[in-house]
Amino acid sequence: MPPVANTIVSILFDGLAWAMFLFIMSVGLSVTMGLMGVVNLAHGAFAMAGGYLVITATAKWGVPFLPSLLITFVAVGLVSVLLERSLYSQLYGASELDQVLLTIGLTFMVIAIYTYFYGPQPQSIRVPSYLLGELHLGDRSFPTYRVFLIVVGAALVAVLWYGFEGTKIGAMIRAAVDNRRMAQSVGINVDRLFTMTFAVGSGLAALGGGLASQLLGLTPSFAVIYLVFFLLVVAVGGSGSVWGTLAGALVLGISDTAGKYLFADAGSFVIYAVAVLILLVRPAGLYGRE
Amino acid sequence: MTAPALEIEKLQRSFGALTVANNISFALPRGGRYALIGPNGAGKTTLVNLITGRLRASAGKVLLEGDDLTALSQAARTRRGIARTFQVNQLFRGLTVLENVYLAIGERTNACNRLWRSAGKETAVLDEALDHLESLALVDDADKPVRELPYGRQRLVEIAIALAQRPKLLLLDEPAAGVPSSESHLILDVISRLDPDITVLIIEHDMDLVFRFASRIIVLVAGEVLTEGSPDEISADERVRSVYLGERREDRHG
Amino acid sequence: MDASRPLAPAVGGDEVAAARSRALAFLVRRDRYRLAEGLPWIAAIAAFFIFPNQMILGGQTLIMILFALSLDLILGYAGIVTLGHAAYFGLGAYAAALLITDLHWSEPFSGLACAAVVAAIGGFFSGLILLRYRGLALLVLTLSTTIMLQQFGNLFRDFTGGYDGIPGITIAPLFGRFHYDLYGHTYYLYCLGVLFVASFVVRRIVYSPFGQALVGIRENDARMHALGSPVHWRLVVAYTISAAVAGVAGALFAQTNTLVTLGVFDFDQSAAVLMMLILGGAGWLYGGFVGATLYMVLQNELAKLSPEFWQFGIGALLIAVVLANRHRLFGRFARRVRALGFGAKP
Repeated sequence: MPPVANTIVSILFDGLAWAMFLFIMSVGLSVTMGLMGVVNLAHGAFAMAGGYLVITATAKWGVPFLPSLLITFVAVGLVSVLLERSLYSQLYGASELDQVLLTIGLTFMVIAIYTYFYGPQPQSIRVPSYLLGELHLGDRSFPTYRVFLIVVGAALVAVLWYGFEGTKIGAMIRAAVDNRRMAQSVGINVDRLFTMTFAVGSGLAALGGGLASQLLGLTPSFAVIYLVFFLLVVAVGGSGSVWGTLAGALVLGISDTAGKYLFADAGSFVIYAVAVLILLVRPAGLYGRE
Repeated sequence: MTAPALEIEKLQRSFGALTVANNISFALPRGGRYALIGPNGAGKTTLVNLITGRLRASAGKVLLEGDDLTALSQAARTRRGIARTFQVNQLFRGLTVLENVYLAIGERTNACNRLWRSAGKETAVLDEALDHLESLALVDDADKPVRELPYGRQRLVEIAIALAQRPKLLLLDEPAAGVPSSESHLILDVISRLDPDITVLIIEHDMDLVFRFASRIIVLVAGEVLTEGSPDEISADERVRSVYLGERREDRHG
Repeated sequence: MDASRPLAPAVGGDEVAAARSRALAFLVRRDRYRLAEGLPWIAAIAAFFIFPNQMILGGQTLIMILFALSLDLILGYAGIVTLGHAAYFGLGAYAAALLITDLHWSEPFSGLACAAVVAAIGGFFSGLILLRYRGLALLVLTLSTTIMLQQFGNLFRDFTGGYDGIPGITIAPLFGRFHYDLYGHTYYLYCLGVLFVASFVVRRIVYSPFGQALVGIRENDARMHALGSPVHWRLVVAYTISAAVAGVAGALFAQTNTLVTLGVFDFDQSAAVLMMLILGGAGWLYGGFVGATLYMVLQNELAKLSPEFWQFGIGALLIAVVLANRHRLFGRFARRVRALGFGAKP
């Protein structure tokens, strides 16, 4: 393969894997923001907690990797319900600033707790051997784990697509995002819908954290390091929109990868530059409204 | 002949396929009292937003005393002499009544450009604010936060702010809306005593008020001008009756 | 204005005059200096004598108070929420640093002036573009531009020293006479003096008609447009001033710390100053004093135990403050503070 095409393939592949990670992590945040108008900066903390749960499950309890991912999705989702009922419900209607600060405060507390119990050193997960190594396609080879990540991401997109467009609950969520008061007046229990969406979103963040640990390494600071990127994806894609999150993740993920490939260290500015340019023109995001 | 206070030429506004203002044209001579009526959803508030510049027109012109304002922003048009009240009060609820009126005058006189002098030393602004409050019997409420006032008196503050802008054209969007009937006479009294030099356009549903107040009525239906004329002409107009007959029947059944 | 038929029954001229002056009392007396406003300065000087060994922490605290004060103008009074205020702190810090290390001009006050100008220019141009946005878009835009600024700083690391920074920033003695000791005594008094002057300036702006307009923009932006207010310009001016003050804080940091790194642009800095301001309460001028002192002292004490302790503690405190505000627990305190005439009504 000619070198330019080779580079392009690399950028697209790695960019896609990175975009899938961003999508899995951010979709819950986006729908939560669109549905209840809650800016949840503790989203990264759910991801971090998910990562640690997967590590504990695989290392200490001997649970295989894939089931551990499922466990973390469910467990963190359930815990988030408790938090939502106790803490987040007090934020409905609060100013953006209040939400930002409360969720940052929560994030700090969670980071502190995890640092106390797990220590600040990076942890890694023992991933099953069939996910390690490389796959060969033609004369190129692709890291298996990244292919796995892309596959999981694509599957999630399909599941979410079906969930949102094909089920009654999905329709209710879309209605409530579009116009909450109207949805309430036709009998949709928006509060319960939100709790459920919040749980799924947080569960997905945990799943993403578990998946990402292999690639990015896990420390308690994971909760804040990548938070910036989730915010970028949600803002660029348009809050409240699954497709928007996908679009945002793809645009930002691929341009970030391209930037780093083409400009090395200096390339880390590309993702921010792209985000700024898009927001200047479309402040509500690619799929955002008003 | 002097230019009319307000002239609208073929004003148009669409949101994609939805046209909320369609080819609207009319002229209001200076110093008159006019009313804009029409069923709910006819686009009356939209028209006011187009006149004040809160909404940009897709096509057409807005002229104030002969000057084309169409390209100007809302704030710029306000400075040329258009003031409006909103259907739902847009006040500074956490600030005192005096501070509300102060801001209107401060912006008009550019006192608010000053960032070194104390606000309390702007005696011209303060005196004028008190004059406005006096004429609306709001002086005793001057240092109360607006949100502590009963709704009817808040509506008076809304009008006070508009008057404090010393406008050439005053647009009142349903001034009596939401005011309990025990307090509505306050509003009506103020409207009847407005300076005859100001051109006033009222949006109203209350027909008694409209017929008492306006010398000329414009009827807006589905974003278009249905007709305009004197109160007698309008009350005799069959088309107007049929547009409202349906609505009144709905009102009776709640 | 036609006042020939007043709504109220006719009252005598004296009563009218009395009612008018009663109505004006709040606004006219609002900016008078109150005894309680001397407290922060008395406390600061007392600290100098009571805690002579803590003056380095004291100086850093004063700098953070100044930084928080700059944010109060744009956030507390104008109601604009951003996540990138560290940009102006950083610009000021680097301006002051480079003036000394590259241009070899070490007079301290010119360093502050230079920093204020550089930061103001940055604030003006970024505000011009960014202040047309609000909400999540503005948060992400300000966050991103500050990060990019930091990365550009790293790109030109020959100039800025990259993440290692610029060391050896030593300023000339104050007024040519006062030298600096290892305990930070002179630095503390220097910072205190600058903070005093800056507070005076910000206080005047806040109580001016311009300040009133900023509060109007915060309370009801739609109404301000309908009053003919040039909202965007007012915000740009306020933002530029806020950036200048933040720049002065950054310059003080560079001058007293003798080392500046790109860490001044960290998101942690923007988040920290935001937290400090909210802890003390935004929109009454002295929130930065309370919040920054609380934050810095807590950080100093709790971090001695362990960094996690501090992180946990500040997180819990933030949640407590936000929830207390939501449930209006501070309502009575806030009302009394307002009754003293501090700042605009939140």
